[in-house]
Amino acid sequence: MSLAEGTAPGRMDRGAAGGDDAEMARFDEIMAADGRIEPTDWMPDAYRRALVRQISQHAHSEIIGMQPEGNWIGRAPSLKRKAILMAKVQDEAGHGLYLYSAAQTLGTDRDTMFEQLITGKARYSSIFNYFTPTWADMGSIGWLVDGAAICNQVPLCRASYGPYGRAMVRICKEESFHQRQGFEILLALMRGTDAQREMAQESVNRWYGPALMMFGPPDADSPNSQQSMAWNIKRFSNDELRQRFVDMLVPQAEVLGITLPDPAIAWNEERQSYDLGDLDWTEFHEVLAGRGQANAERIERRREAHEGGEWVREAARAYARKQAEAADAAEAQVA
Amino acid sequence: MASPGESGGREQWPLWEVFIRSARGLSHVHAGSLHAPDAVMAVRNARDVYTRRNEGVSVWVVPAAAITASDPDARGAFFESPQGKDYRHATYYSEADAVRHL
Repeated sequence: MSLAEGTAPGRMDRGAAGGDDAEMARFDEIMAADGRIEPTDWMPDAYRRALVRQISQHAHSEIIGMQPEGNWIGRAPSLKRKAILMAKVQDEAGHGLYLYSAAQTLGTDRDTMFEQLITGKARYSSIFNYFTPTWADMGSIGWLVDGAAICNQVPLCRASYGPYGRAMVRICKEESFHQRQGFEILLALMRGTDAQREMAQESVNRWYGPALMMFGPPDADSPNSQQSMAWNIKRFSNDELRQRFVDMLVPQAEVLGITLPDPAIAWNEERQSYDLGDLDWTEFHEVLAGRGQANAERIERRREAHEGGEWVREAARAYARKQAEAADAAEAQVA
Repeated sequence: MASPGESGGREQWPLWEVFIRSARGLSHVHAGSLHAPDAVMAVRNARDVYTRRNEGVSVWVVPAAAITASDPDARGAFFESPQGKDYRHATYYSEADAVRHL
């Protein structure tokens, strides 16, 4: 996702220089033709900044997203469920790495991004600032949270920045098992005892609203969206994606026998879509502002992991250095 | 020579480009990149990051800094030679369209 895709060394400073009219015209031409921008192409600073912001936020979300589920690996109800959960958490780590690699091709190094995450300068999806108190939450996260993520991510496979689109293709391929396993967790609970059914319903009641808010604020309040759409990074508006998601969700909820916690949901014959009620955007902004259930805990865990791993990274560096020195010495002796 | 994403200052693990062969008989294809302290760790990490679903039977890793790339600014001139040389493609020879096995 970087050098071998045609990046020449020593060229990353140039984007900052601004570029001339011909370069801007060429960029506009590519946008108009729905073409792709590659790391070595000239691009406007604002485009580069918007991409770094979005891709790194996305990467951070994958990395922080390991926590709510990692929390359940030891307590998952069977060996099979534990193995599945581990595979899923491992996938999230992989997705984070694909995305960090893509962001790096824009000239921001990984340590900088890590630092922005643990100092709270960079954001990640607010959904991961909710606690996961019950086993059913693993089902809700898979079905609703990963479901919403897939809805968001499929159009990103066509994002105008090549490395981002390619990372998303890989991620989307792997993500589909996540949603289905979540659905199956809920289905198993719904086929169980009254207490299990209650647990599933209670969990969906908590996750439904926050999952819908993952698409971002209503179009009218989403200042960055328009520019992102003009740059072919974003393909559909927040509200369009949210609608698409709910239209898929309603029949799935019927299969589960779960009630979506929005009494306003009703089929609209004219629009051939479901109407839905208003979401609690005050809560969204509260969590965004750092006042969610788990904001502080998530960052603290991430910091511990990063700082606690420093000696491992240092040891690996030292070992590599020693090996290289030994190889050099052996070579010198032969010569 | 700095590659993108590798900034000066703090010492970081070097960047490696990863190539995966999905089955015997096929070539290794670029899959992505990763950071690792040395080649052995790079191969292991590449396995974990890029072959979690049986995507490969063989992995190559190459230090990103060891790759020489064509100059993107000069790509017009550099790749000019084939331009207008349609006669290098079979489809150029339309007189033979109706003739079988040709």
